[in-house]
Amino acid sequence: MTKKKITRHPFEIKDCALAAVATGQKAQNLRELRDNLETVVPGSIAYHFWAGKLRPRFDDPEFNNDFASWSRHALHDKILAERLGMIDPTSFDRFEEMKQELLDIIEERLDELGHIPWASGDQQFYFITSQIVVFSARRTIVEPAELVSVIPEMTSSSIFYHFIDARRRTFGHLDDFRAWLYGFEDRYRDLCDILSNVDPFFSTLPELRDQLGGIFSEYFGSGR
Amino acid sequence: MGSILDKYAGICGPEVIDQLRQLVAPLKGAKVVHVNSTRKGGGVAEILAKLVPLKKELGIDVSWEVITGDADFFKCTKGFHNALQGNKVEIPESLLNNYEQTNRHNAESLRDRLEDADIVFIHDPQPAPLLEYCPSRRGKWIWRCHIDASRPYRPVWKYLRNFVSGYDASVFSLAAFAQPLPHVEYLITPSIDPLSEKNIELDSSEVISVVSGLGIDMERPVMTQVSRFDIFKDPVGVIRAYRLTKKFVPTLQLVLAGGEATDDPEALTVLDEVRTAANDDPDIHVLLLPADAHRSINAIQRASDIVLQKSLKEGFGLTVTEAMWKGKPVIGGDTGGIRIQVVNHRTGFLVNTPEGAALRARYLLFHRGLLHEMGEKARNFVLENFLLTRHLREYLTVMVSLLHGRGDRIKLE
Repeated sequence: MTKKKITRHPFEIKDCALAAVATGQKAQNLRELRDNLETVVPGSIAYHFWAGKLRPRFDDPEFNNDFASWSRHALHDKILAERLGMIDPTSFDRFEEMKQELLDIIEERLDELGHIPWASGDQQFYFITSQIVVFSARRTIVEPAELVSVIPEMTSSSIFYHFIDARRRTFGHLDDFRAWLYGFEDRYRDLCDILSNVDPFFSTLPELRDQLGGIFSEYFGSGR
Repeated sequence: MGSILDKYAGICGPEVIDQLRQLVAPLKGAKVVHVNSTRKGGGVAEILAKLVPLKKELGIDVSWEVITGDADFFKCTKGFHNALQGNKVEIPESLLNNYEQTNRHNAESLRDRLEDADIVFIHDPQPAPLLEYCPSRRGKWIWRCHIDASRPYRPVWKYLRNFVSGYDASVFSLAAFAQPLPHVEYLITPSIDPLSEKNIELDSSEVISVVSGLGIDMERPVMTQVSRFDIFKDPVGVIRAYRLTKKFVPTLQLVLAGGEATDDPEALTVLDEVRTAANDDPDIHVLLLPADAHRSINAIQRASDIVLQKSLKEGFGLTVTEAMWKGKPVIGGDTGGIRIQVVNHRTGFLVNTPEGAALRARYLLFHRGLLHEMGEKARNFVLENFLLTRHLREYLTVMVSLLHGRGDRIKLE
């Protein structure tokens, strides 16, 4: 049987750059963190969950969001850090739900403690938001097998855009690769299952690129 | 080929440069002007000397203007600088009048170019009032504050705020440095230039020659701190850390390298304290180097086994990045921007006391394999995050955001 070439779903490789923006809001203690979470722009909460990958950060991060990290290192509250660290931003359909989850965890902790934990003077939590500029990487593919050669050439920020940022903007919080592959009906469902097992939060972007490259290479290298 | 961008591609990878070319597409032909108060000397001029040619090569119509002023003007702006850093500085009315008059005078010659530009970057407080004297401006004006203004002396900040409030945006180095202003405030962390004299690769023969000339024995371990003789850099604490380490590593040498500071009475006091603490120990090298001794500093950092930056208070601390770029693990004070660069136990150690610094120095000197592994990680961390190309990308992003976008997501077609 000859392979049918599908051209109606081209995949345009994009890239992005982030401009960090100060909100002017900051917290010195857990109560202030809570109060600021209520009023800060939604983009700031997203920034502190998602944008870490594009900021100076070392590999193998201890926590996947800045709230957990600050609780551990500035407030020295390991329990709160562990709870906040387990929040999965992709599990919420609406931003308000995620914000409420953060507030619930913090309020519960304040109730348990009976006092307000403080950070030292120079370890305030600064709420930051961002503007993301999205631009074309000047490459479009039509066949999923082309991902084998494309992935190793993608920049870290392009991986961020398609594999992490995508979860904020696609229906069902999918990465762009799966969102595209599902467009081929059931043909790549097994590949999508493999991709859904990749946890993007505890790898660096270059590591993610290698991981994805390996998955596509193995999948399409096997003759599919 | 030999273009500047090619040279950077050789260090950062061609994909990084390719990304800059794509990002700059919507800015092609845009008229951009940078204004500061000096062509040479100081970090701002150093950065502009690199950024401007790079932007030009990327296709931006960019120019760099320098305002002029008399001694009183610079006396006043030096006062601003110190006040923004938190020192209580009273600036006489006459100096403030001269500051405004100088800017009005400079505006006369710069007005046409500034009013015609698409984007104007005004660096630091010196040229800040120019905006007021360019009423027919058509572009976006950005105030770039390179100073740690986290705890400014309020009366001076209140005065300067009048001039910077009218800008379309400002840029600060860290969120902690930003002050409330009625416009968008971008954050761009500083960077180092891998091709500058301070950071360029050196032959080992040059390193040996420079370091030997300074009396340092490269056959023995070397611990170094490069910084001004300032109480907040804790040079006396560094000497204490050295002494505690030397008990276990008797061949250890310490280098404290800083600039000559004959015009800074506080620095002279600290230097006296350092010399007293050094107590003529022949293995402590207190070096007063000229301001342009970049290559010597480069060689000293490369010859060191460990670099310290045991600051008690620090803005960003570019000497940390410089040492890391040379593959050195850094033992840094657990404060300010050092925390962003030194990832504890990965690219170095964060410490709070001389004892802590000594403990980590001992550990590294007795675990050479780990010392080299950390140094390698430190270099890669700088490569990914703190080089000039990243700085440029963020500048371009800010420019695109201001010219082409609204909201938190800007899609370029």
